[in-house]
Amino acid sequence: MKKKELKEEEITGGSIKRKTLVSFSVFFVLAGLGIGGWVWLNKQDTSDGTLKPLRKVLNVNEKVNNAFFSDNHLVKEYPKSKAEKDVRVNGDVGMGEDYKFENWKLTINRHPESMSPDSVLYLTINDVRSLPYKGIIFDFKCIEGWSQVTNWGGVKFSDFLARYHLGTHSGRAPDPNHPEDLYKYVGLMTPDSAYYVGVDMKSMMHPQTILAYEMNDSVLPVDQGYPVRLIIPIKYGIKSIKRIGYIYFSDTRPKDYWFERGYDYDAAL
Amino acid sequence: MAPPEKKVIIKKHPLVIRWAHWINFPVLGIMIWSGLMIYWANDIYRIGWGDKTVLKFFPDSFYSALNLDGRLSDGMALHFFLMWFFFLNGFIYVLYTIISGEWRLLVPNRRSFKEVWQVVLHDLHIIKYEPPSAKYNAAQKIAYTSIIIMGFGSLLTGLSIYKPVQFGWLCAMLGGYEWARIEHFVLTIGYVLFFLVHIIQVIIHGWNNFQAMITGFEIKKGKPVPTPVEVDKPAEEKPANKQQ
Repeated sequence: MKKKELKEEEITGGSIKRKTLVSFSVFFVLAGLGIGGWVWLNKQDTSDGTLKPLRKVLNVNEKVNNAFFSDNHLVKEYPKSKAEKDVRVNGDVGMGEDYKFENWKLTINRHPESMSPDSVLYLTINDVRSLPYKGIIFDFKCIEGWSQVTNWGGVKFSDFLARYHLGTHSGRAPDPNHPEDLYKYVGLMTPDSAYYVGVDMKSMMHPQTILAYEMNDSVLPVDQGYPVRLIIPIKYGIKSIKRIGYIYFSDTRPKDYWFERGYDYDAAL
Repeated sequence: MAPPEKKVIIKKHPLVIRWAHWINFPVLGIMIWSGLMIYWANDIYRIGWGDKTVLKFFPDSFYSALNLDGRLSDGMALHFFLMWFFFLNGFIYVLYTIISGEWRLLVPNRRSFKEVWQVVLHDLHIIKYEPPSAKYNAAQKIAYTSIIIMGFGSLLTGLSIYKPVQFGWLCAMLGGYEWARIEHFVLTIGYVLFFLVHIIQVIIHGWNNFQAMITGFEIKKGKPVPTPVEVDKPAEEKPANKQQ
């Protein structure tokens, strides 16, 4: 192997002084710029709970992620024996205890939130249950950093859209040959509108995204979102909204509870 | 009039390496700080067995002292902003080190692993013998090469917990999501320990060594090397000598 050695050079004491001065000047100017940049960053206004420059970067990161996103990347599924019996409950926004479940119906607007009466559809839990069953046992991941293998049952969201002709501008069932007919986003809210999420259509159409009405093969418990919740394994748990009351479709980002509190919009895994 | 006094400098750190070093310092610092904000939201790691905990990561006083508590979203935003700089800076450093041949001074060889114990014993003043050192001694070679590999490890473990579905293969290779998170954390603790030893060593080895990371050169100790004798010889003899 060729041996590399440090080069030596004979120079005057004066030029050592000059070189040292130049190097240290550059060093301190850069250090000053770095500290100045940090102070500047922290003085910026916030946009949806995070400093504006950081929000911009989060949005760029989402574009990068979307460019690499593939439907073929499925979440790993587990055997039933691995599923946790004691499922963690996290978050109770929109889960008011005095809710009258006998009044529950799934209110769907075929178009953006500004509801015109003729575009609204009301469904019961039996309308949801009438679709083919889809179960999934996967490692549910919370944005806080914990994860848990849990067992859910319901219907594929893509089946749901196809059956009720939802998610398209034309009012027809989604057609893979006409992706432009699909709305870009789905908005979901609890009945009291206190918790709300927005999810991109690609992720909602993912084959592992379900409207769940079962957990561990029994009826969904109230604190887990009875009568129906979203389970979207390719996102952090914050997007898996419980107790869905409203669903609507939009080409712009629907409002999102945790986005407004400083998190990135996609929360994609 | 006497000619100006000459000194010999040893060109130690190339410009690119100095830049990479000083950019990495604040970037890695804020990466660790924001990483701790993220870790705070699920701070389950500890050293201990059964119910006995020797060391909890971390006590509440630690979080409040560093202003880390309740800042998960701040931490994520900062972390996913600076990750680009951490990656690019590391990438440029590695690329430069390979292309310039500088890696030959850095990467340990078989002898380094024998000498490393002698370096440690020497530094602890247990033995007098100091193993040979070109730019770096055996311990430095191993430490500085390890830190680059650790950086690469942080990149991979980080990516696999950032997008565990899209990079599912990577996540699986690293032992799954929970393991990748542990590995990412342990690497961070490794940086902190490296930093402590690094700072102590830099202080011990004095100003000439430290300033080289800013100026690029060290001033050779002792009297300047006497002017080579050949220069005094008649100029016309030189080409003839070279041809022999």
